[in-house]
Amino acid sequence: MRRFLPRLTGTELWLSAVIALIVVGLSATTDTFFTLVNLFDILNYSAVNIIFAAGLLVVLIAGGIDISFAVAASVVQYLLATTLMQFGGGNWVSGFALAIGFGAMLGAVNAAMIYHFRIISIVVTIATFNLFFGLLMFATGGVSIYLLPDWMVDRVVLFEQETAMGWAEITLPVAVMAVVVFATWLLLRRLSFGRQLFAMGDNTEGARRLGINIGAMHYLAYCWLGACAGVAGLMQAHYAQEVVPNALYGRELEVLAAVVLGGARLGGGRGTLLGAVLGLALIAITQNGLNLLGISPYAFRMIVGAIILIAIAMSAETLGLVNEKLRRFKASAGQTGVAK
Amino acid sequence: MTRALTSLFPRTAAASEIVGLVVVLLALMALFGSLSDRFLTGATFSSIAFQLPELGLLTLAMFIPILSGGLNLAITFSANISGLVLAWVITWGGGADAGLGVIVLAVVAALASGVVIGWALGAIIAYTGAHPILASLAMMIFLRGLGEFLTRGGSISGFPPAISALGQGTVLGIPAPLIVFAVCVGLWALLLNRTRLGFSIFMLGSNPEATRYSGIDTRFTLTMIYALSGFMCAVAGIIMASRFNSVRVGHGEAYLLITVLACFLGRVDPFGGFGRVSNVVLALVILQIIGSGLNLLGTNQHLATALWGGILLSVMVARYLWSRRGSVGSVGSVRTKPSPSTLHQGKQQ
Repeated sequence: MRRFLPRLTGTELWLSAVIALIVVGLSATTDTFFTLVNLFDILNYSAVNIIFAAGLLVVLIAGGIDISFAVAASVVQYLLATTLMQFGGGNWVSGFALAIGFGAMLGAVNAAMIYHFRIISIVVTIATFNLFFGLLMFATGGVSIYLLPDWMVDRVVLFEQETAMGWAEITLPVAVMAVVVFATWLLLRRLSFGRQLFAMGDNTEGARRLGINIGAMHYLAYCWLGACAGVAGLMQAHYAQEVVPNALYGRELEVLAAVVLGGARLGGGRGTLLGAVLGLALIAITQNGLNLLGISPYAFRMIVGAIILIAIAMSAETLGLVNEKLRRFKASAGQTGVAK
Repeated sequence: MTRALTSLFPRTAAASEIVGLVVVLLALMALFGSLSDRFLTGATFSSIAFQLPELGLLTLAMFIPILSGGLNLAITFSANISGLVLAWVITWGGGADAGLGVIVLAVVAALASGVVIGWALGAIIAYTGAHPILASLAMMIFLRGLGEFLTRGGSISGFPPAISALGQGTVLGIPAPLIVFAVCVGLWALLLNRTRLGFSIFMLGSNPEATRYSGIDTRFTLTMIYALSGFMCAVAGIIMASRFNSVRVGHGEAYLLITVLACFLGRVDPFGGFGRVSNVVLALVILQIIGSGLNLLGTNQHLATALWGGILLSVMVARYLWSRRGSVGSVGSVRTKPSPSTLHQGKQQ
């Protein structure tokens, strides 16, 4: 049983403490925050971001970075909606299959550029970000799709409970999120592919000499993220009940910042799912709290940015550094004391 | 003999890079000239001369962080915030009727705000070991939020004529912003090639650990890199404010990709340590010509965005194929560059 419990390491422990602090503060200052309705709302809203985060984590662990995934999800939404309408509507099975397929295809474009032409991942994904978004806006003319198949927009409630504040519901995206997170955990922690991804992220040349197929690992990581992005796109369309070309524009930075905040290392080889989820939880809970406290929405981004900056400045590594300096200082003070 | 060859080699390599870029430039001008009668006219070149400085100044702001092996994603919003500071001081000093003293004060305040933003970013990167991408990303989110919060998404306008002259006037027939840009290019070239700090920046980009061991205060250097970047953002912010005669948060957001593109097209090493200001300026002229050419041909704005992405990819693919062609047959062609996925790994502390 102990093996299945995540061990809290520095970053995660520290993040949990901050989140706990914010939760206690918000529960004390507002009477709406700590209710089942609000907590489930946060969960329903965050599901799409957590699906993105699970995919992005795989790429970060493999030593890459991707900022094109949110735009790729928008592209998948359009491809999905047009294809399904062409073939008479489809259903959840064909919807998921197509979303995963299209997403993985777009991920493979990134992987191909990065692996075959040795271009660094940030440059490739900045380029594909513009390529995908520009082509999407050009092809659609910025027009949204409101006419989606019925199955896609009908709300699916998996669990509901009536409370004093109204109905508290858990909807389909949360279940899908759970499946995606579990699958990613399986990939990273239980399959040899996961070990190989960590090895590649930590030391590509070393991994290559061990006989790990670096090309295949690149495709695995970016296609995994692409597939997650496709699923997230489908879930977002389901949640919003429409497809808007720039709905997910800018989401990638929020998710990236949260995942890295959760301890995933830019440069590869390190990162945990729990950390990524905690990073996103911190941002989601903060935004929700600001909303409940009645703070102007214009200030949201500023405060979220400031929180990330402070979190970076006070990360576990920095605290460790300060701690070490203090110890050294004490040690040297002790020595001079002896000398006297 | 060997020494003579190795000392000669960088010069010929640099010369061939410049020749390559000039050939691309001429080819593009011929292409657009044949596609549109209006391209090879004075009006086009005048509009290029007025538009180039904005993009150019932001590219200079991106150039030094890339040279040091980092990236500054906050440049456009730093420029916006500096522009806002300029606008506030001028509004406080009487708006369109503001005197020269107020204008000087406004410019100084704007430059100072840019330096402070850059310095804060540099300090976070240098003293916490945070990755430049993460730190500048968070700074970008913060600055955008700050700007939107303070302006409520609106714009500030109403500047005295002296400010618009800075963005739209000419001196001896040369556009004023182009002169500002030329001075900044000279400043950057001087700083990088003739000063101690410049040399440390190149060294830091090549190998941060070795730089530290050779007795250079890498944390100070890193902080200075982003402070300088912030300073250049502020110059860009002032020029942007004077060109549009207004300041709005989000102005020039689309330049972010193009600055990265200009640096890589100008053969700056994506891993840091190598790059020349002159090549970057040539690359900028090329990109501005592409931009103006597409504009003149009436290309859809979104299609142009997609094309920028496509061009960036083609440039990098061409560079890879070119470098491979060069290394085929060379004895023991060990890849000394880190592979793509070890992005900045050595710089993580």
